[in-house]
Formats: sequence, structure tokens, C-alpha cells
Amino acid sequence: MADISSNFLGIKSPNPFWLASAPPTDKKYNVLRAFEAGWGGVVWKTLGSQVKNVSSRYSAVDYHGGRVMGFNNIELISDRPLDINLKEIKECIKLFPDRAMVVSLMADNNRESWHELIKKVEDTGAHGLELNFGCPHGMTERGMGAAVGQDPEIACMVVEWVMEAATIPVITKLTPNVHSVVPTGRSVVKAGTNALSLINTIQSVTGVDLDTLVPNPYVAGKSVFGGYCGPAVKPIALKFLTTIAQDEMTKKVPVSGIGGVSNWKDAVEFMLLGASNVQVCTAAMKYGFRIVEDMCEGLNNWMDEKGFFTLDDFIGKSVDKITHWEDLDINYHHIAKINQDKCIHCGLCYIACEDTSHQSIRIEKGNPYNTYTIIDSACVGCNLCQLVCPVDQCITMEEHRVAPEYVNWIEWQKRGLPLNDH
Amino acid sequence: MIESNRLTEKQYKDNFSDIHPPFENKTAAQVDANRCLFCFDAPCTKGCPTSIDIPKFIKQIANDDIKGSAHTIFKSNIMGAGCSKVCPVEKLCEGACVYNLLEEKPIPIAKLQRYATEKAMTNQWQFFSRKAAAGKKVAIVGAGPAGLSCAHVLSREGVDVTIFEKEKKGGGLMTYGIAAYKVTPEFCEDEVNYILAIGGIEIKYEQELGKDFTLAYLKKNYDAVYLGMGVGVARQLNIPGEKLEGVVDAIRFIYDLRDKGFPSIPVGDHVAVIGMGMTAIDAATQAKRLGAKKVTMLYRRTQEEMPCTQVELDIAKLDGCEIIWLASPQRVKGSKGKVKQLVCSKMKLGEPDTSGRRSPIDTGETFTLDVDMIIKAAGQVPYEKIVTKYKLDNKYGKITINEQCATNIKGVFAGGDAVNGGKEVVDAVQAGKDGAKAILKFLKIA
Ligand SMILES: Cc1cc2nc3c(=O)[nH]c(=O)nc-3n(C[C@H](O)[C@H](O)[C@H](O)COP(=O)(O)OP(=O)(O)OC[C@H]3O[C@@H](n4cnc5c(N)ncnc54)[C@H](O)[C@@H]3O)c2cc1C
Ligand SMILES: Cc1cc2nc3c(=O)[nH]c(=O)nc-3n(C[C@H](O)[C@H](O)[C@H](O)COP(=O)(O)O)c2cc1C
Ligand code: SF4
Ligand code: SF4
Repeated sequence: MADISSNFLGIKSPNPFWLASAPPTDKKYNVLRAFEAGWGGVVWKTLGSQVKNVSSRYSAVDYHGGRVMGFNNIELISDRPLDINLKEIKECIKLFPDRAMVVSLMADNNRESWHELIKKVEDTGAHGLELNFGCPHGMTERGMGAAVGQDPEIACMVVEWVMEAATIPVITKLTPNVHSVVPTGRSVVKAGTNALSLINTIQSVTGVDLDTLVPNPYVAGKSVFGGYCGPAVKPIALKFLTTIAQDEMTKKVPVSGIGGVSNWKDAVEFMLLGASNVQVCTAAMKYGFRIVEDMCEGLNNWMDEKGFFTLDDFIGKSVDKITHWEDLDINYHHIAKINQDKCIHCGLCYIACEDTSHQSIRIEKGNPYNTYTIIDSACVGCNLCQLVCPVDQCITMEEHRVAPEYVNWIEWQKRGLPLNDH
Repeated sequence: MIESNRLTEKQYKDNFSDIHPPFENKTAAQVDANRCLFCFDAPCTKGCPTSIDIPKFIKQIANDDIKGSAHTIFKSNIMGAGCSKVCPVEKLCEGACVYNLLEEKPIPIAKLQRYATEKAMTNQWQFFSRKAAAGKKVAIVGAGPAGLSCAHVLSREGVDVTIFEKEKKGGGLMTYGIAAYKVTPEFCEDEVNYILAIGGIEIKYEQELGKDFTLAYLKKNYDAVYLGMGVGVARQLNIPGEKLEGVVDAIRFIYDLRDKGFPSIPVGDHVAVIGMGMTAIDAATQAKRLGAKKVTMLYRRTQEEMPCTQVELDIAKLDGCEIIWLASPQRVKGSKGKVKQLVCSKMKLGEPDTSGRRSPIDTGETFTLDVDMIIKAAGQVPYEKIVTKYKLDNKYGKITINEQCATNIKGVFAGGDAVNGGKEVVDAVQAGKDGAKAILKFLKIA
């Protein structure tokens, strides 16, 4: 059995699965249930300024019969009294001393407010602080949340205030509502943050009600941009994570990966791309806390299968596999192959390639089943047919190198090799 | 003993309730609609004789466009609602669905088709309108699926259609033949009315070709004629004792059952059903559901050669019908003019015959069943007399047509069971479409 225990800046947890700062971590009742279910840690719902929420608050994107591919909210930070939150945090730590307790903060935009809040939170015995520089709605209008995260200078200033007061590890949570997370990441690392976490939610409109013509979520005939999360944002989160894991400056601090983690596979992918642990919100909000069982078991089984004993054995292993386009090997070539024994003759590969790709699939009409085969000479190896094929392992991509040696774009040009020759 | 009124009202109701219940709600329909892969050049569509664009109509259900879905169906098959209840889908669309190749349940195409079309009928969504009057008149004989489908296409093109129907109701065997647990008389009537709602189609009921009017009359008064009169009575067995009381024709038996109400239909204690086609299955299962104590089906070949599908055979078996393969009726024994016993020859399979199936050969051995009712369902006989009388080219009464659906008489077209000798409703609907297209060409419209 692999060891899945995690150590994030000295904050220990029995597994690398934390609940992200959000409604699941909003009070003692939820957090105790989460710990009972087996979650390794929580980032307590953001504490700070005084707020007032509206109704409704959430909306979602469904896809092809599946619910909540993407999730959207217009909620603010914690709307409960600060002293009750602090009291409950203390009680949770006492009842589950082996779990990670990190508290998310968003104070008013001045040094005193931050110092005061940090002092109060540290008194609870919490193990770490997470700075919410990411909330994209409601708080930004008041110069907080994403408004901080989007401006490297302001972010730097706030982190400096925090570091003056904090005696426990500080994680800075980044907003994805920027073209690159690296500038803010660098500036907060420079200001002394001990770690980064990303991503917070992405500004979005999930849809429009076709009867009322009002976008979602509905609040008395109006709506606002909300924060998007859930499975739909995972690819974006992984991209941002990779840029942080590859940057010389930001890669020095550990990263907590967030954004669409729904199962052990997602978690492993985040960790392979540099996250030391992961945080989950939407998946728990969709299914409840019990999903952590499958996450722990799946991670364990995968590690055993791969021969990894501890998390550190594989964290970051895929980071350098994402390179620059001009470094790719142009002589690499693969061609699709359709396994006729597995083919169910749905024709999806054919129509995709015929209408939108390279007309590389041959059709022989049959009644009722047509036969589809690859025209090797026309196939550019784009993967489209394999991606749309509904049958596991029916279409495989077979390697057929153009030439044995590695030649990249720069070399290709240098040698005057043919361009636009397809 | 042969008697009617064997069951309580509730028993009749339960026994004849819908054999393929519809989706209970939108979510249920969408779960299945979303399973559909949206195949290209879809095998299911090729399996449908009317070539309904199945992936499209299913996608429209998945995307909340039920109107669009119903339109897609009706555009290819104006009896799409009825077909969704009566098609032997296991050998048509669903039998070809690619999921079968994954050893998975096929998409419930008919059930989804029913979901969309039933909504259209309930809400009276009308999708078709008539073009400006074409100034042509066409006569159709028979208001069955072939005749109605032909009439609808013609009417859309502005042709005035008159249908001559010998019965009191339209729908043909849909109304008078198909098992009551598949379609109700009310549904059949609604479906006919839904089709007629386009206008331009008049049905003259209780008007029989050969009795109330002649083919010459139609030819003289109309620009073209379409013959869609189906096939007639059940094939005679030509064995001694066939005239005894208790030997009935399956078509007659089912006709009465559909026309007169279940309690008034008499059945025996032990019923023998001869044949193994769709009609035989329907007769056997419905005899059982009317309260017969024992029903035995007899077929002169084996399960390999049976004309019905496995799904249909299973319905009969689940209803408790017994099946004897390789048995051919030889003689009916009776007393006081009533059926008492059926003597059968035991058969074995010989060389393949013209149909490609191995033909049954008498072994010389016999066995005897104690029965008080015998239902003959060994195929139906075309209206050979009428067809010959009007000098229509035919093969054993099945009207011969060319690729243009034309008979040997100029301006006279034909299709459906009357031509193919008896297939499915959906084949007749397609035949009606083909006939209409040919007539439009003949009349130089469209
Ligand atoms: C017992 C039974 C069960 C069946 N079950 C199924 C099933 O489950 N699913 C399925 O798809 N198919 C089934 N079929 C087959 C299906 O009913 C037929 O294939 C279909 O109805 C043929 O349509 P049609 O229009 O060609 O003929 P018909 O439906 O037979 O219609 C012909 C019409 O012409 C009228 N007519 C006949 N002679 C004259 C005349 N001289 N003058 C005027 N009118 C005339 C008839 O009254 C009738 O209304 C079944 C058939 C039978 C007998
Ligand atoms: C309803 C809701 C409320 C949230 N509130 C906070 C918050 O108070 N502070 C914070 O840092 N992030 C908050 N988030 C963002 C999540 O912590 C997390 O970063 C994001 O949802 C992406 O993870 P996921 O895809 O697993 O949901 C909230 C998310 C949701 C859905
Ligand atoms: S009409 Fe019949 S065969 Fe055609 S798709 Fe519908 S159910 Fe299937
Ligand atoms: S074959 Fe099956 S999966 Fe494919 S389009 Fe038809 S119903 Fe859908």
C-alpha cells in the first residue's frame, strides 16, 4: 500500500484532498461531516469584511444529459458572524487534530484590518492562512478579491502586510481572471508568500432562460456575472498551474491545485503538473463528502500500480513534458487505425474527418453497416477520429515516423525544409 | 366449451393494456435520447422501411424540440405514431442499432418515436398544408396504411383525393387486425383523423370495389387510381372437418375482437392456433388473454424457419401458449357438428424449397389434440377474384407492379399488402409514399 499522506509546508494531512474555501467549509457542522467522511483538510470559507448575500446564488451548465459540467455562483465571502466562525474553527481543530485546518481571509483593504484578522484567526490554532485574491464578484467592486489578484502591485502590498503579522504558513490564492497568473504569482512570492493556490472561479454567464430571457442565476429579473468552476474549468486550471510550475520564480513555492477536481484521476493530473495537493469544491457540492473514499482508494491503487510509494515520487513529473511549440519533433508522425473487429459502424469518425478534417477515411456502403478504413496516405494524425469514436480502443494511433531524427521547427526552417506542403 | 365473458372487467383491462408502455416523463426520454450516438448514415434509418431520420429526431428530443422531432418523423412516415406502437422493431430500426454490436441494449427508437408523435397528436400540432389546388382527382381503394399514406402525400401536392373503403372505419388492419394490446380502437381513429386534418381527402365508407362500384367507374371519374386494399381472409387449410363449428379464421377472430369488445368474443377451453406468423401470435396470445385455459400453437417447420420474430414468440410463450414444432394439421374430428379433436401429422425437414427454407415432409406418424376451437392463421389470401376480374396482372392474387408502382392498366397504381402479400404497416406506408410519387409524376405534378 502506497503512503498517500501529505505534508504541505509542514501542514500535515492523511491524504492530499482538501475541501476548498466555499460553502462545504462554511461552518462546524459541514466540516465535522467532511472530516468524518475522510477529507484530509479544509480551507475554511473566507472570513473578513461584512457582507450580505442574495437569492438565488448558483447556476450550472448541463451537457448531453449530464448535470453540472460547469458550476457558477454569485455568493460572497462568509456571511456569518466572525466570532462564531472562530469559535467553531477552534472546536473542529480539537475534534480532528490530524486534519489540516487552513483559514481563508479577505480583510478590508488596509494594513490594520489584515493584522487584526490574522491575529484573531491564529488564536484558533489554525495551521495556515489562505489569502483570497480571487473572488471575481461582489468583492471586487470594493477593491477586494480579484481586484487585488489582478494587480501585481496591490497583491504584493497586501502580502507584505500579511507577512508582517503571520506566524503560520501563508498560501496566496490566485484569480484566473487575468491573461496570465504568473505576474501576480511572482510578485506575491517576492512579497514572501509561503505557497500559492489556484484557481479561483472564472467570470462567466452560464446561460439564458429561453422563456423569461433572463440569464442565470436569476435574482428578481436580473443576473450578474458569476464565478465558474467544476469539471468545465479543469483544463484552464491545469494550464495556469503549469505556467506557475514552470516559472523560475513561482516554482520555488508549493502549489495547492484547484479547479474542477472531481475524482482521483483529476487529482493525479494536477499533482503531475506540479500541485502538492488539491482542493475540491464543486464535486463535493454535487455529490456530498463521500466522494473522498473513491479518491483515496483510486490514488492508492494507481500509485501501487505505478510503483510510487509517496506523493513526492510523482508530484511534478509531467511539468517538463509541456514544452514550446517550436521544440516539438516535426518528424514524429502517427496514423489512425480502425480495429474492424471492434468497429460498430456508427460512422462518427468518417463524418468528422470528411466534413471537418482531411478526408482520410474511406467508406464502403453496406446495408445496414458501412465499412470504414483509414487512407494512410491522407491521414495527418490529428486524433479527431479517435476522439469521437465511442468504442474503447477501437481507433488507435500507430507511430509511423517520417524520419528517425528529431527535427524541430527552428531546425526545419534552417534547413529550408518544405512548408505549406500538405 | 366455447364461451364469451370469461373474465372480469378488470381482467380484460389488464390483459389488453399497452404492451410497450410509453416514457413516464421527459427525464426518462432524455436519458435514452442522450444515449443515442447520432450515427452518420445511420444503420437504424436503413432498417426503417420509411427511412425516418432517426438520429435527427432523437437529437431533437434531447435538445427539447419535440415539435421538430415529430415533424422529422411525420415527414417520412405519416403513421409514425401508429408505427411506434406496432413495428416489429427488433427486425427493423432497433435491430440495426449499433449498440447491438456492443452487446448492449439498442436505443428504444420506437418508444422515443412514440414520445414525440404522441405529444404532436395530443396537442394537434399540424405540420403539413396543402399546396394550391392542382386540379386533379385521384381515387384510392382502401383506407389502410398504404391508402392513407398515399392520400396524404397527394393532398400535400394539392391533389383532391377520394378514398373508397368497404368497412365503417379507416385504418385498415391497423384498426381491424393488429393486436389490441398494441393499439386501441380510439388511437386508430385519432390517427386517421390526424392524417385527414390536412384536408383534401374524403373517405367514402362502406363502399366496396367490385360490389358498390367498378374499376372502370374509377378510371372514368378520376385522373388516377391507387389500389391499396390489402389482403383478405386467412388461407384455407383444405382438410376434412374444416367446416365444423369452432374452426375460425384468425383475421375474423381478431376483427371481431377489435370491433365488438372483449367480453363478447367467445373462445374455447383449449384452442389450437395453426401458423407461426405475426397473425398466429396475435391470435394465440389474445385467445389466452380472453381467458382460454390452454392455447397450443402448431407450425409445420421449426423455430429456425418461423416467420415471426423471437420477440413475438417470447410474447406468446410468456402468455403461456404452448408450441409444437413440425406439426401439420391433417383432420378435424367433431361431434354434433362441433370441434372435438385435431389430428396432426408429425413432420421432418427436407430439402430447401423455392423460399430457400427447408420444406416440411410428412413422417407418416400422427398425434391428436383434444381441442374445442381451432384458429387458422397460416397466412392470408390476396383478393384474387377481384384482381382477376379486372384483368390486373397478378401472382396468385398479388397485384404485379413495375418500378413506377404502376399496374398493367394505365393510370392504375397499387401498393401495400395487396402487392407484397402481407408485410408490416411501415412497409405499407412506404408503398403509399412511392405510389403517390409515381402518381404525381404520371399527372405531371411536382
Ligand atoms: C393479425 C395481424 C396482425 C398484424 N400485426 C402487425 C403488427 O403488429 N405490426 C405491423 O407493422 N403490421 C402488422 N400486421 C400487418 C399490417 O397490418 C399490414 O401489413 C398493413 O395494415 C397493410 O396495409 P395496407 O394498407 O396495405 O392494407 P390493409 O391494412 O389491409 O388495408 C386495406 C384496406 O382496404 C379495404 N378494402 C379491402 N378490399 C376492399 C374493397 N374491395 N373495396 C374497398 N375497400 C377495400 C380494407 O377494409 C382495408 O381497410 C398485422 C396483420 C395482421 C393480419
Ligand atoms: C458557491 C461557491 C462559493 C465560493 N466561495 C469562495 C470563497 O469564499 N473563497 C474562496 O477563496 N473561494 C471560493 N470559491 C471558489 C472555490 O474555493 C474554488 O476555488 C473553485 O470553486 C474551483 O474549484 P472546483 O472546481 O472544485 O469547484 C467558491 C466557490 C463556490 C462554488
Ligand atoms: S417507423 Fe417503425 S421501423 Fe421506422 S423508425 Fe419508427 S419504429 Fe422503427
Ligand atoms: S444506430 Fe442506434 S445509436 Fe446510432 S443513430 Fe441509430 S439509434 Fe442512435
